[in-house]
Amino acid sequence: MLLECKNVTKKFDKKVVLDNINLKIEKGKIYGLLGKNGAGKSTLIKLINDLLTIDEGEILFNGKPIGIFSKSHISYLPERTYLDKDMKVESVIKYFEEFYEDFNTKKAYKLLKDLDLDKDKKISKMSKGMQEKLQLILVMSREAELYILDEPLGGVDPATRDYILDTILSNFKEGSSVIISTHLISDIERILDNVIFIDKGKIILTEDADKLREKEKSSIDEIFRRSFKC
Amino acid sequence: MEFNFNNESPIYIQLVETLMLAIVKEEYPIGSKLPSVRELALMAKVNPNTMQKALTELEEMGLIYTERTNGKYVTEDKKLIKETKDKLAKEIVNKYITSMNNIGFTKEETLFYLQTIGGK
Repeated sequence: MLLECKNVTKKFDKKVVLDNINLKIEKGKIYGLLGKNGAGKSTLIKLINDLLTIDEGEILFNGKPIGIFSKSHISYLPERTYLDKDMKVESVIKYFEEFYEDFNTKKAYKLLKDLDLDKDKKISKMSKGMQEKLQLILVMSREAELYILDEPLGGVDPATRDYILDTILSNFKEGSSVIISTHLISDIERILDNVIFIDKGKIILTEDADKLREKEKSSIDEIFRRSFKC
Repeated sequence: MEFNFNNESPIYIQLVETLMLAIVKEEYPIGSKLPSVRELALMAKVNPNTMQKALTELEEMGLIYTERTNGKYVTEDKKLIKETKDKLAKEIVNKYITSMNNIGFTKEETLFYLQTIGGK
């Protein structure tokens, strides 16, 4: 098992935001972490990336509790941009190269070339869509065991969405896994092996995507809408 | 070969159908080599695991075979491809007859329509 959450609970003050989460992530699969805004997706992702502390339970990566060791094998795309806007593309790549042992510089430049992105360009001079693409390239250029992408499709146009999905598909390394959190399900459901429904801090369902379609005779998007009708 | 999917039924079944058509239409001729799982997955914009599942299904049907380390090939069994084509034809004709029945045509009338306006 690549990643395992065991009875994980997280509270902010007294409010329970994740309630006894049990989750297993296998090697070589793409998971969709699907939930409405505020369901607890980003909190769970931050716990897995050791950016928040767990109140109860534990998270194991390759059988060991998460920490510095797991960070070097998990490539994480946060929901919000973290790049220094004054940096040029080239210096950002250098920064990643120094920071992450598993960073594949060749791959990053190849992906940048496909995008026609000038390496001397300042981040602040790039469009929002371009910045999102650059961040995805940086994250996918690591030869990680687990990629965690928090809302990679938020706020981008449909053409950029296609680019992002293609980049995820063509760059995730064989045997590694991907967790994609999103509420934009119809755009992404085709590439998922497994779906995880999360609502009000609880895991409602985990299932093989095709089995779920077969059982419910509908799309994941439709099943999600039915389950979480407001 | 074009991949057009709906999200309502399992993706791997739709992949099996699309690839089956490509084989009977000889877009991938008898005995020819198929693109790799990853290439096919990218063409269809699906997960390589899902594509693998579809290829395994086609392999079980005998329509393709794996040559160790060398990739996957279309079967050289002409008879099997012909049978698959016949099976698909049967399904399409039955669907057509049912649809015509549903709007009130008898089998004879349906045949008449097919002969007079078919192909136009």
